[in-house]
Amino acid sequence: MKGQRWLGPAMIAPAILYIVALVGLPFLMAFVYSVGDVKVGSVGYHFVGLQNFISILKNPTFRLALRNSFIFTISSQILVLIGANILALALKDAFPGRRLLRFLILLPWVAPVSIGSIGWKWILDSLYSVVNWVLVRMHLVKQFDAPVWLGEPKLAMISVIAVHTWHMLPFATVILLAGLTAIPKDIPEAAAVDGAGFFRTLFQITIPMMLPIINVAVLFGAIFTFTDMTVIYILTRGGPYDSTQVIPALAFFTGILGSDLAEGAAISIFMLPLLAVATYMVLRAAHRAEVT
Amino acid sequence: MRTPRRVRTWIALITIWVVRIVFAAILAFPFYWMLITTFKRTTDLYDLKNNPFIFNEAPTLEHLRLLFNETLFLRWVMNTLFAGTIVVIITLVLAVPAAYALARLTGGWGAQLGIGVFLTYLIPSTLLFIPLSRVISLLGLQDSLWSVIVVYPSFTIPFSTWLLMGFFKTIPKDLEDAAMVDGLSRWGAFVKLMIPMSMSGILTVVIFAFTLVTQEFVYALTFISSATHQTVGVGVPTFLVRGDVFYWGSLMAACLITSLPIGVLYNTFLDRFIEGFTVGAVK
Repeated sequence: MKGQRWLGPAMIAPAILYIVALVGLPFLMAFVYSVGDVKVGSVGYHFVGLQNFISILKNPTFRLALRNSFIFTISSQILVLIGANILALALKDAFPGRRLLRFLILLPWVAPVSIGSIGWKWILDSLYSVVNWVLVRMHLVKQFDAPVWLGEPKLAMISVIAVHTWHMLPFATVILLAGLTAIPKDIPEAAAVDGAGFFRTLFQITIPMMLPIINVAVLFGAIFTFTDMTVIYILTRGGPYDSTQVIPALAFFTGILGSDLAEGAAISIFMLPLLAVATYMVLRAAHRAEVT
Repeated sequence: MRTPRRVRTWIALITIWVVRIVFAAILAFPFYWMLITTFKRTTDLYDLKNNPFIFNEAPTLEHLRLLFNETLFLRWVMNTLFAGTIVVIITLVLAVPAAYALARLTGGWGAQLGIGVFLTYLIPSTLLFIPLSRVISLLGLQDSLWSVIVVYPSFTIPFSTWLLMGFFKTIPKDLEDAAMVDGLSRWGAFVKLMIPMSMSGILTVVIFAFTLVTQEFVYALTFISSATHQTVGVGVPTFLVRGDVFYWGSLMAACLITSLPIGVLYNTFLDRFIEGFTVGAVK
């Protein structure tokens, strides 16, 4: 086994170096920038302490974005969780046409999200929205009083939450399906023999047994939602009047389009607490996997 | 009084099919909408009196002609294919040996390091893009397709390494031991035995890395500013719109043509992708 001592590290090193250079280093730079005065094209760096943080906390747009981020993440995750549980139960057993149905259901997750969002922008168009056409035909709204989905603050928020839910639902569904198929069949069957009905089995056996996997779905779903800006960037650009502005989008508008790298970095730092919780939960799950 | 058993079975069956069909219809609706918009005449699209669900005038290929002849769509597709290919190569060269070493050659710290590598996948692009934009301009890659080619492996490598690590662990150690007794070196066993045996895992990583490149939006939007260097994921939603004018027919055609192949590809390896997330929660 000569040479084995260096072979392992030599095989790992290039990948680790790549990740350190393009994830680790920028990650640290984000902290350094957030307490400095870097702008696009500026030279040099001056430490300014917490000045950027004080300035963004005073900014009403930032406070609105922080609030919106929570509304956006929590609402869409609740909807995803309810929808994914129902859908996973409906897809669990084999049935004719399952492959085709699975493909159709997965499309919102597997197609590029920027492209799917543009599809929704057309569906929710201010003049030619098909949703409004249906609502008008059902006499629920009047032709010239139809809702402007992406143009009114409340409706815009509802729209971006709906589109993000549409995008994330398939991902949560397949994760929950993986959990459902892992439950030994004889447990619910035994419960049925003992006279437990569908809902009793569901709430007292299936869902409790699924809790670890539901946690996984919520955990990754929350991260992907809280840190995403694609749906909002394409549908509303954070508007109207910042009513759909969220933390990652605001970091983009401030740091990249507004050229204020330091303040943009400070805004993006506010995504860290959620990431810390996620890291802790992943480590705990991994530890459990090793022990059992 | 309870409903008879047969009636209950029928109700359950009908309910379950209603759920399946309603969900599938809502989730797939935007893609149906892209399809019908692609082939509709402009006058048909913009007449409020028309029923939007059907063709009120004869279908047309005009939007497709416009898309392929008068926009940069094909250029963006080529850019994406090119970037995807190079990213896949970089990913394989770095992730396959790393995953093997983490699965086999290290002691307890191999598993720890593996989890550490996976965790970097969770650091979002919206946290890294500001510092990375500086790194990219230092490297002189701003507004070049190469900016994303350099950056994308930073998220394809962590997940690919994680997936392949799990894959290598399922191959029995005895096989390599036997090969090494027969005179192969450890490296020789890796190249001549393990790589051929892991082709399905490696193929998964190829498709995975490739689809991630096509789906990425934030980095390409940040680093690339001119239309000619864009990828399809950013080019279609941002550069097919001129001023305030949306060419909905061509736009939806581009969406459909981009979504379907990626959707089919992604579908083929999705189960493995999900396994990567559920390790530790499903046994």
